[in-house]
Amino acid sequence: MNDILEKVQPKVAETPVKKEKAKVKKVLIICSKGKIEDVYAALVMANGALMEGMEAKMFFTFFGLEAITRKHADHLHTATVGNPAFMPSMPTMMGGLPGFEAFASYMMKKEMDKLDMPHVTEFIQMIDAGGGEIFACKLAADMFHLKKEDFLPEVKGIITVGDMYALADGEGTQIIFI
Amino acid sequence: METLVLNNQKIEVNAEGYLKNASDWTPELAHEIAQGANIVLTDKHFEVLHWLRAKQAEGVALSIRKVGNSGVVDIKQFYALFPGGPLKISSKIAGIPKPVSCI
Repeated sequence: MNDILEKVQPKVAETPVKKEKAKVKKVLIICSKGKIEDVYAALVMANGALMEGMEAKMFFTFFGLEAITRKHADHLHTATVGNPAFMPSMPTMMGGLPGFEAFASYMMKKEMDKLDMPHVTEFIQMIDAGGGEIFACKLAADMFHLKKEDFLPEVKGIITVGDMYALADGEGTQIIFI
Repeated sequence: METLVLNNQKIEVNAEGYLKNASDWTPELAHEIAQGANIVLTDKHFEVLHWLRAKQAEGVALSIRKVGNSGVVDIKQFYALFPGGPLKISSKIAGIPKPVSCI
């Protein structure tokens, strides 16, 4: 037994190879939610990437599709129910009162206006003008019975999950899911 | 302290290459900084640069959106004039501090 153990060479940790810092060159941002704060997070990040000289692609799926429809893009709401960070001192039940969600969303948009944040449709135009590309998910569009004409004109196409991954090709690409 | 040298004159810049004093700026210097970003400045570029400098002097927080609404260029032209990060690059060439806007 001891003979065998003696023969086993102890493993020495290899000296770590210093890797050069790889820069992010492209982002693919997937937006699966339709709440105003989630949609803005996606839009700010996509636009921010373009501002830094990176490439940006956006893929909207499920409730995220609301953000790119002509009908709802500028009328997104925030969630006042099931959102513990929203006015923490307020009783949860209040959030469910009729009109409360609309009021909270209105107040939120007012604050955004103060910060010079564009509305969703204008934001999407800005991203398009900056060379970003916006796509809708085929499966979710089929599910919600949405067609090309229901989407904002900046939406480049309704694509499959496979096509979406193809958008993330190339070195230095990051996929961000919201 | 980083410096740029133009006509035997030393001009102070920060570590990222932005001018320390916006008043040091001259169109000649703009050409010099633009060269570093591989941009050949045209009259249209200068229109944008002058607009940026004027707004910055007024204390306006600059953003891509504001440039787009300036009437000087639209956002698409702005990206085309200063490729690879238009607001940052144009601010550097215009001799004003690095913008802090997220939009």
